[in-house]
Amino acid sequence: MISLEKRPQPSRAWSLATPLVAVLATMVFGGLLFAMLGKPPIEAIRTIFWDPLFGEFAFYYRPQLLVKGAPLVLIAIGLSLGFKAGIWNIGAEGQYIIGAIVGAAVGLAFYPYEAWYIFPLMVISGALGGWAWAMIPAVLKVRFGTNEILVSLMLVYVAEQLLASASLRFLKNPEGFGFPGSRNLQDYPSAFNADLIAGSGMHWGVVAALIAVIFAYVLLNRHMLGFHIRLTGEAPRAARFAGVNPSRLILLCLGMSGALAGLAGLFEVSGPAGQISIDFNVGYGFTAIIVAFLGRLHPIGIMLAGGLMALTYIGGDIAQSNLGLPSAAIQVFQGMLLFFLLALDLLTNYRITLHKPEVA
Amino acid sequence: MKLTTLLTSAAMALGLATTAMAADKTKVGFVYVGPVGDGGWTYEHDQGRKAVVEAFGDKVETVYVENVAEGPDSERVMTQMALEGADLIFTTSFGYMDPTINVAKKFPNVRFEHATGYKTAPNVSTYSARFYEGRAVQGTIAGHMTESNIVGYIGSFPIPEVVRGINSAYIHAKKVNPDVQFKIVWAFTWFDPAKEADAAKVLIEQGADVILQHTDSTAPQAAAQTAGNVITFGQASDMSEYGPKPRVSSIIDNWGPYYVARTQAVMDGTWESVMTWDGIGAGMVGIGDISDAVPAEVKAEAIALQASLADGSYHAFTGPISKQDGSAWLADGETADDGTLAGMNFFVEGIEGEIPQ
Repeated sequence: MISLEKRPQPSRAWSLATPLVAVLATMVFGGLLFAMLGKPPIEAIRTIFWDPLFGEFAFYYRPQLLVKGAPLVLIAIGLSLGFKAGIWNIGAEGQYIIGAIVGAAVGLAFYPYEAWYIFPLMVISGALGGWAWAMIPAVLKVRFGTNEILVSLMLVYVAEQLLASASLRFLKNPEGFGFPGSRNLQDYPSAFNADLIAGSGMHWGVVAALIAVIFAYVLLNRHMLGFHIRLTGEAPRAARFAGVNPSRLILLCLGMSGALAGLAGLFEVSGPAGQISIDFNVGYGFTAIIVAFLGRLHPIGIMLAGGLMALTYIGGDIAQSNLGLPSAAIQVFQGMLLFFLLALDLLTNYRITLHKPEVA
Repeated sequence: MKLTTLLTSAAMALGLATTAMAADKTKVGFVYVGPVGDGGWTYEHDQGRKAVVEAFGDKVETVYVENVAEGPDSERVMTQMALEGADLIFTTSFGYMDPTINVAKKFPNVRFEHATGYKTAPNVSTYSARFYEGRAVQGTIAGHMTESNIVGYIGSFPIPEVVRGINSAYIHAKKVNPDVQFKIVWAFTWFDPAKEADAAKVLIEQGADVILQHTDSTAPQAAAQTAGNVITFGQASDMSEYGPKPRVSSIIDNWGPYYVARTQAVMDGTWESVMTWDGIGAGMVGIGDISDAVPAEVKAEAIALQASLADGSYHAFTGPISKQDGSAWLADGETADDGTLAGMNFFVEGIEGEIPQ
């Protein structure tokens, strides 16, 4: 008989091993899926995981990994702080949108004036925009005890309407022949978040993501606030006795994750995307939730997980184009990754024991 | 002896030529905004891709990526196709405009074709269809068929393309039914079955018994079917699975001939940057079968209108037409110029409501 036995302490070995085992299991079962679709499984897996990093055109894909991964990491780092403390910000997508709108609006307000301080101003306002949007669920929770999961999620849809409104009305390109969408910030040097070294993919958003990783690591391991965050998540009662102010923690955690999501939106709109458009948001705020858990809510883990997600996106598109895999199959593949990770997580806290059926 | 040598060398030359051609396969890439199975916009572009495969067989290789978000993702997908040796890339959504221009700058030897945009370059063409011609036919049928005199219209985004369609449908409905009234709901999406179904239900509740849609899913058709006694028109694709009622006709995007012609041009080395805007006449806009739910005389009138649009004897925007605010736009017999149509941002007289801006 097989049974599960709770470990006295979570297994450290398994907590490190599960992400790797999950990736391997995804490769095996994903390969089976591709084979059933009549595609060469090994080649498909190689296209997804190997080609972007070491293939013929890796010189182009490697920088793209940074472009795709940076917003995921930036948002996920912010989310992980709250998640650790049991504060669930599900609305990063909305904060990302608002950060982009506010930041782009500030930049476009100066158009076509050129000055060095325009971009820094945009960065600050982008962060403030995301922060303010996250403050809505935070204040409602502190003041009226509302559920931050629902409020932050619903505000995503409000933000999407504001985005449509911005593209069609107040940020619409006056030279766009009536079509929706703002001016392209890539054509406005003072507001353009260009690659720091041309073609490297390293724009300010990537730098900010790296800084956020280091900042979060230090915060969680060396700082009193980090200790309070962890304590609140693991033992809320003990935290109360230790003098943690839960309201303050809610405001801080939601505020930080909102500001980081806003920053991610600003860096995206001023760089790779270039303009506010109706479909500007592509789900980074939601994918970042997966990245945060895939990375074990640990800053370094999140950085690696963000890279892995970016890899499956980029590799997935290559596989679509080169092997004719449908995009739905790629999405199933990505879903498998999360599924296996969550399923195997069980092994961190439980062990499987085999024992002979007892004789009655 | 000599003859044999000649034949052998000829055969060899032929063999060499075949190998050279195989290496010279023209590679055509397609970037899609939705899934190929959406039954509407992307589905028809993919039908166009299949037409290219059918026309050239072994001489072409086509690749596509579906569900590509507008913005940096589309730029990456296009770059990837260009790197992998595509000769011609069709980017099939308005939002791919700036990414297409960006990538085209980096690959001057790759040709790009961007659908529904307005930016061109030496290696970027644009193409679009005069869907408003199809709307004229729909408007005529709608005007005759409505009993409540309320026609519901599901708009996607308030952009010139959509506004043009509303105006054209309204003008022609009004022509055959002076009491007709249009109710417009903006869905702010191209493809979202849930939102589209909601929009259709709202319109039906407000008394509309004809639903026109400028969104791509079949959800409004299903909503009309449930409501009963409401007619609809297929959008982008025939949607004939909802015929003979509610779907009584459709506008079909027929990209195949254009895609084949442009691929041929690349093969022949005659490709040039152009701005194509074709309608019923060139076959880019197709009118789906008008079902038996439509009385024979209405059907005949619609078909006659279709024919006059096709041979150019009639323009869908022929004066006298005034703008919504009452100011004159087109004098008697005057037809609209393409520039005004391309940037159309006003309703014609008689339509109620405002264009959100």
